[in-house]
Amino acid sequence: MLRFELVNESDGPPLSLETTLEGAGTLAVMGPSGAGKSSMLRALAGLLEPERGRITLGDRVWLDTASGASLAPEQRGVGFVFQSYALFPSMSALENVAYGIKGGRRDRRARAAELLERLGVGGRAEARPARLSGGERQRVALARALGRGPDLLLLDEPLSALDPRTRAAAAAELAAVLAQAPAPAIIVTHSFEEAAVLGDEIAVLDGGRLIQRGTAAELAARPASGLVGDLAGASVLEGEATAGRDGLTLVTLAGGGSLLSTDPVRGLVAISVFPWEVTLSSEPASGESAMNHLAGEILSVTEFGNRARIAIATPQQLVAEITAASVDRLGLRPGVLVTAAFKATATRLSPRPG
Amino acid sequence: MRRLSGFRVVSALALALVLVFLSVPLVSLFAEAGPGELWAALGRQQATDALLLSLRTTLIALAVILLVGTPAAYLLARSSFRGRSVAITLIELPLVLPPAAAGIALLAALGPNGVIGAAIEDAGIELVLQTAGVVVALVFVASPFFIRQAIAAFESVDGELIDASRTLGAGELRTFARVAIPSALPGLSSGAALAWGRALGEFGATLMFAGSLQGRTQTAPLAIYSLLGRDFDASLALSAVLVAISAAILLSVKLVGRGERADEREGRPVDVAV
Repeated sequence: MLRFELVNESDGPPLSLETTLEGAGTLAVMGPSGAGKSSMLRALAGLLEPERGRITLGDRVWLDTASGASLAPEQRGVGFVFQSYALFPSMSALENVAYGIKGGRRDRRARAAELLERLGVGGRAEARPARLSGGERQRVALARALGRGPDLLLLDEPLSALDPRTRAAAAAELAAVLAQAPAPAIIVTHSFEEAAVLGDEIAVLDGGRLIQRGTAAELAARPASGLVGDLAGASVLEGEATAGRDGLTLVTLAGGGSLLSTDPVRGLVAISVFPWEVTLSSEPASGESAMNHLAGEILSVTEFGNRARIAIATPQQLVAEITAASVDRLGLRPGVLVTAAFKATATRLSPRPG
Repeated sequence: MRRLSGFRVVSALALALVLVFLSVPLVSLFAEAGPGELWAALGRQQATDALLLSLRTTLIALAVILLVGTPAAYLLARSSFRGRSVAITLIELPLVLPPAAAGIALLAALGPNGVIGAAIEDAGIELVLQTAGVVVALVFVASPFFIRQAIAAFESVDGELIDASRTLGAGELRTFARVAIPSALPGLSSGAALAWGRALGEFGATLMFAGSLQGRTQTAPLAIYSLLGRDFDASLALSAVLVAISAAILLSVKLVGRGERADEREGRPVDVAV
């Protein structure tokens, strides 16, 4: 089990984290720029020394600032995939992978060739990194990180340099490789979909702190903050929650309007609403049900494939995802007045600092 | 046709003047005596001695500079510590020091009555009027040319390559030898070429510190001066050889620089996001 506590307060990137990772699971890490994601990976690898902290993997102590123990990066046994891959430009793909493998020259080269083969780039073994495509570089970097048989895999946005068309396929392959690897892995990503595919759990960092940790479904169902809702793909509105009728929570939105929610939170709240849970109609709201209605002018219509995303000023911005056919049927275009509807159960509240 | 502005004409004339002024003396060097005469003059004992001594001392000096200067430059490039900028200024100082002053400074430090000269003499090492003294003078004036360039070369190595090497199990020494030096190689080679060129032309500090004894401390530039009054042809021949070597060094620096830029172009990612 990996257990770590990292604190950086006065100097360098702020960090204040404590968490554990069981077995050979994969933890996906998300958060805005400057949230401390890369700093966390670098501190785990020994490339950055936190002011205070302790890292243990099983019964091995990698870092314990209290006793002054700190293993150098080369003694820790991590496999690190850098965002830019950091392949050695003067070495071939094979030499890059062999670099980290222990043993005699022939064994190392044989093992490196085997890893490249396994990752589908066996034919590119003799090529220099400059001659490889982005996808090939990513595989070589992954093979290199796996070469040492690491006790912990750290991947810093390994898919961000890839062409969007190949990215989804690469994510699925990476998930398969991570599932096979006997070591726990921590992977930083900017995409909730990738985090959901790659991670057994997702951890959200902000300002160097762990905001929430859970499965993708848990994070989407109850985001601990507006940031988590936003990362999970929800529209995030702001308001103030009080007790409402029928045991529901009444939320008065900043800028006007009100909503009902089943979440029992009071005070200042962030309201997360997922676009696929919002329906639109051109009729004004009718009725009384526990359905929430917000009317507003359409800001933008973005069609992709057979779906469309409609941004509405309610006046806070709410996004609805509907079929492209509905866009035509309802005559939706910027400036048109529509009413958005979604259930109280789809209105997720999280407390917001004032 | 567009009219040429007055300023255009004046700057074109200035450029022509610069080119003529710089090239005429160099061309004359080769025009003054025929190749046959130059070749014969090079055969004279004093000229041969001086050229061989120059070759020997500059190569030893270059080896010392590379051996000591490379790790020193790496440390300066990759770490920040108090006094780093003072250290860099100190390293750059010999660049602007008048060579004669450098020679006197070396005498004051390492001469028989110098600050540490006595200790060196006790250890059985003689420098003044010795070939070893020539090497000391060359290292003193030429090392900044290499170290400055090496610092810049190491600073431009992507820090993630160093980090990657460490996470792959390589210690600092292996990372330095296998990753940092190959990545900085173009800059290191051009620095070495510049330092070598500077050492080949060294005159003042060598004369002051080591003297001008034929076969022992009289390098090619000193021999050119010594031969000037007696054997103008030999003086000319030695000069021509030095000019040819210097031009070759300059050319190799330019070629290395071009190769470096080509590598960068090649290094751009092939994929384009759409």
